Amino acid sequence: MSEILRLEKVSKAFGGVTAVNEVSFALEEGEIVGLIGPNGAGKTTLVNLITGVHPLSGGRVVFAGQDVSRQKPYEAARRGLARTFQIVQPFPEMTVVENVAAGALFGGGLRTRQAASEEARRELAFVGLDHVADTPAASLTLPNRKRLELAKSLAMRPKVLLLDEVNAGLNAAEIDGALELIRKIAKRGITIVIIEHLMKVVLSISQRILVLHHGELIAGGPPREVLEDERVIEAYLGAKFAARIKAEGMHA
Amino acid sequence: MTSGLLGRLPAGALGYALCALWIALLAASPLTGDNYLVRIAVMISMFSAMALSWNFIGGFTGYPSFSTAAFFGLGCYVGAIAQRNGLPLFAAWALATLFVAAFAALLGLIILRLKGHYFAIGSIAIVEVTRLLVSSWGSVTGGGDGLNVPLMQGSPGAVAAQVLYAMLGVLLVAFAATLAVQRGRLGFGLRCIHQNEDAADMVGVDTTRFKIAAYTLSALFCGTVGAIYASWVGYIDPTDSFSILLTIKVPVMALLGGPGTAIGPVLGAGVFVLLEEFFWANFLQWNRAILGGIIVFLIFFLPGGLLKIDYRRFYRRAAERRAAGKAAA
Repeated sequence: MSEILRLEKVSKAFGGVTAVNEVSFALEEGEIVGLIGPNGAGKTTLVNLITGVHPLSGGRVVFAGQDVSRQKPYEAARRGLARTFQIVQPFPEMTVVENVAAGALFGGGLRTRQAASEEARRELAFVGLDHVADTPAASLTLPNRKRLELAKSLAMRPKVLLLDEVNAGLNAAEIDGALELIRKIAKRGITIVIIEHLMKVVLSISQRILVLHHGELIAGGPPREVLEDERVIEAYLGAKFAARIKAEGMHA
Repeated sequence: MTSGLLGRLPAGALGYALCALWIALLAASPLTGDNYLVRIAVMISMFSAMALSWNFIGGFTGYPSFSTAAFFGLGCYVGAIAQRNGLPLFAAWALATLFVAAFAALLGLIILRLKGHYFAIGSIAIVEVTRLLVSSWGSVTGGGDGLNVPLMQGSPGAVAAQVLYAMLGVLLVAFAATLAVQRGRLGFGLRCIHQNEDAADMVGVDTTRFKIAAYTLSALFCGTVGAIYASWVGYIDPTDSFSILLTIKVPVMALLGGPGTAIGPVLGAGVFVLLEEFFWANFLQWNRAILGGIIVFLIFFLPGGLLKIDYRRFYRRAAERRAAGKAAA
């Protein structure tokens, strides 16, 4: 395994508020990493910094050996740094297949609309949306819109995929379906960063967990270690919850 | 039988056939020898070309631009000044086109950072600023006195026909450009921007470059049209060239026909010019009020334009009603 993405002391201040403070970590190719933290910890801001939505206030982002700290979002997309949004962002009046084809054509670097369209249908089959390929994106249900976001990102042929709360708003059964899909994506060799509130989800899927609190990285490592970290318990989990999760883990 | 034939045609083929027929009719107008008809044909071709231009930024991209009069006016003045300095007719028209395209591309860098209402207001301001610049820079533009443009050679009828074919030429090039954009990468990207600009950025559309391309395309044909217009009328002044009414009429035409389509702007411009001609002739006092009425009607009842009306349904309903009438009788 080799390193694909590295953050070096990445910081972001909005006026006087420091949203992200000197965050450093590295991702290996093919890893699934969970990024957790309380509301307002700076998780989404961090995704925005990595993909060029906000300019950095300090530090460096290195992607595949290249300094990409000053990239624009469309450049990130073309390089293979894809992300999904917490609030889904379809092109509402286009069909589902056109939505995905946009990802293939612009982010995936395909030459023709024909080729992009074919690629889009393959990705729709992969995420299980081929039966609604020709309906307008606006008519999809929420779980399907989340799948559409995934298909659109996958069509961009990403090396790293940042999933910003893809499970928010889904019920238990839908979450299980989404997790299965994320595992399938990881099998394709795509590095995945999953931002998530549901601890159960993060623990079941991540090989490694990063914990963000007040814009700072307070812990990082295998799920079990992170659960026992005093600072994580204090800042995020609470003592009771940490004990319960650990107990459940031991029974399993 | 007719509806069966309509159903079997490939989507849009009928529209393109009617459009081709319409353009042929316009081109044939000099054969009538009626100068009034030729003048109307020139106006229709001219506004069709400008509505098609506006369609790139307003229709495909969804940026409500009101800069049309600035591009048209600059086209008038660059063409006129070039001709007064001895440039041949076609060279002057080409120079006006290039100048306006370059102007729009540079301006686009700045103004396309604005969105929605702010962009609309900014684009109107450009018309005012260019008008003021031209009217104050008297040594070059003649200021408020206007400029005489060298007259085109030939009888009035021959000149009108030449102008008509020049305008039709621009119309055809703008139409071809629209089809090319619509089917290509650029058009797809512009549609993405129209529907969700942030998402377009995130799937890898270089939104700034795409928007500048659309804005430039929306300008350059207006530049050519302006230069041809200046040569046609032989005299230009700032109020006529940078008319705020022009800047509103052109988007209304595109909206009337069907924004974001190739045929819509041509249809809208034709209908609008004919309606306007009719209202001028019959309701001299009221024609501005009627223009306002059309705008309000469009916004409330026809957001997709005339093209989005389901004519086949009308036809079916009418057929059903006829059949019902026969059965009753």
